[in-house]
Amino acid sequence: MKILVTVKEVAEAEDDFEIDGLDIDERYLEYDLNEWDDYAVEEAVSIAEEGDDVEVVSVTVGPERAEETVRMALAKGVDRAIRVWDDDLATAEMLDVGAKADILAAVVEEEDPDLVFTGVQANDDAFGATGVALAETIGFEWAAVVNRLDLDVEGGVASVHRELEGGVDELTDVETPAVLTIQTGINEPRYASLRGIRQAQRKPLDVKELGDYGLDSSVLETPVSRTAMYVPETESDATVFEGDAEETAGQLADLLRDKGVVEG
Amino acid sequence: MTDVLAIAEHRRGSLRDVSFELVTAGRELADARGGDLHLAVVGGDVDAFAEELNVEGVDTIYTVDEGEEFNHDVYVQVAQQLIEEVEPSTLLLPNSVNGLDYAPAVAERLGVPIVTDAIGVAGDDPLEVTREMYGSKVETTIEVDAPELVVTIRSTEWDGAEGEGSADVQSFEADVDESQVRSTVTGFEEAGGGDVDIADADVLVSVGRGIDEEENIVLVEKLAEALDATLSSSRPIVDNGWLPKNRQVGQSGKVVTPKVYIAIGISGAVQHVAGMKGSETIVAINTDPNAPINDLADYAIHDDLFDVVPALIEEFGGESPL
Ligand SMILES: Cc1cc2nc3c(=O)[nH]c(=O)nc-3n(C[C@H](O)[C@H](O)[C@H](O)COP(=O)(O)OP(=O)(O)OC[C@H]3O[C@@H](n4cnc5c(N)ncnc54)[C@H](O)[C@@H]3O)c2cc1C
Ligand SMILES: Nc1ncnc2c1ncn2[C@@H]1O[C@H](COP(=O)(O)O)[C@@H](O)[C@H]1O
Repeated sequence: MKILVTVKEVAEAEDDFEIDGLDIDERYLEYDLNEWDDYAVEEAVSIAEEGDDVEVVSVTVGPERAEETVRMALAKGVDRAIRVWDDDLATAEMLDVGAKADILAAVVEEEDPDLVFTGVQANDDAFGATGVALAETIGFEWAAVVNRLDLDVEGGVASVHRELEGGVDELTDVETPAVLTIQTGINEPRYASLRGIRQAQRKPLDVKELGDYGLDSSVLETPVSRTAMYVPETESDATVFEGDAEETAGQLADLLRDKGVVEG
Repeated sequence: MTDVLAIAEHRRGSLRDVSFELVTAGRELADARGGDLHLAVVGGDVDAFAEELNVEGVDTIYTVDEGEEFNHDVYVQVAQQLIEEVEPSTLLLPNSVNGLDYAPAVAERLGVPIVTDAIGVAGDDPLEVTREMYGSKVETTIEVDAPELVVTIRSTEWDGAEGEGSADVQSFEADVDESQVRSTVTGFEEAGGGDVDIADADVLVSVGRGIDEEENIVLVEKLAEALDATLSSSRPIVDNGWLPKNRQVGQSGKVVTPKVYIAIGISGAVQHVAGMKGSETIVAINTDPNAPINDLADYAIHDDLFDVVPALIEEFGGESPL
């Protein structure tokens, strides 16, 4: 069996930042493996550990910098990784959902996995759409926002819990092959061990171009474009307690006493 | 092709609020584009739903009597057939867990672009969608220069439509290919339960990822004890197993409305806010003055929780454990 896990290196803005044109200035961004993808990697790796002969491959569409994140996934037990990037991707204005789905679909076609795990959402642009769009593109069945998975490999069924709003799970049986978008909390992602990190250095990490999958820059053409980014005007009308911790704690304590919600 | 088609959402016999928010957003969009607003409801007691959905602003309601509950394979097919019939420029869907389970597939099947989690829509052509990025720290304008598209809207961003409507209600006969239904919903399960109900508390001390380490949870436990309050949390704390699931506030946890909600090291992500915005008084303790929780807070302390919380414990005669 083969499981393909899509992973994205996401950017997080520091507390103080500046916007440069259509994005936050590079200097104020920190990069990390997307939280949801960390859970997706763990889910795949733990399935591989329980079963015989399960290969876990991860794929990212991202620049060279993303290799650090991909190595993290390898250190946690992914067997092999693919990074798709080339000049066309580097100069693309925006990678929208459709473009990502088309690129990842080409990778799925080549790799022919039984299952694809993506995260529910990428924490930076948070489309929350890539996994389901990918499933439709490749003709796989799918389930979004999965917080529990029982796999019946023989029967070709993934029994999942989908986490709906309000603390209710939907129980669904999904035919495989399938794309599952993985929700945080489904498992406990491991930390990479030192041994894992050493081994990751020797695991294959192939860099592929669009052309290697028979794609060209037309796959990146999209009617969707970002035309502005700004810090929204604050809606805050909060009373800000000023001073050192003793003073602010004192003011908060007075407030709580005034409200009559605490004793003492 | 200036019409808007929205598809309502229901679960276990009830329409969800976002269905009425779709009407408001859809009306706005239809007016901007000079078209009609069509609303469809798929599955369940469609006639009763249609009656409820017949609020001001809706031009046509299509009832599609197909199944009881949401199934994405059915919804994708029905959406596609409705679009062939109505030929809308925009398909408007909720950015809910179920919305995200089929909207991207519909867009992909039709070969049209999708923009998710909209908090604003404007302009006739091209359409301008406002959405957030980087954990709500910035907003962006997304322009879509396409004759047809799919947009999903964030819940509670638009008010729910009310008032008596005069929509033309039609039943729509969908032709669902069962061989293409490859998933089966087998039931629902209520998560949580347990010893405490955070929804009952007058004062909630709520902790987020700013607490950093499991060992530090004692600090907020101690504060809750000193205040005679109840401890709750954001999702990552529960995901990490530091507190049980029944303590989670938010979209996938509990909705709480205490007299005072003290958010400690919580950024205020939309899914968290969904669970606590109805609190009477909101206090935020966060090092980041720009964290979105500040937009909601009535009182804020922009400082390190590891300084403020011990001082607060001492104010109430307790002793800081750290
Ligand atoms: C489908 C779905 C459902 C979800 N459901 C929920 C839900 O029900 N509930 C929920 O909470 N989330 C939910 N989430 C997750 C949500 O998107 C956020 O990831 C989560 O709420 C973030 O939690 P947080 O604020 O604790 O962490 P972060 O966003 O990481 O924020 C930590 C905050 O702590 C501050 N901080 C750091 N150090 C300190 C310090 N020393 N002193 C003071 N402040 C400090 C930081 O400035 C930051 O603002 C859901 C997500 C999805 C996709
Ligand atoms: N550039 C990318 N490379 C690989 N996987 C991605 C990329 N962007 C998104 N994904 C996957 O799709 C999921 C959802 O992302 P999104 O739809 O962008 O919110 C992420 O959790 C990733 O697993």
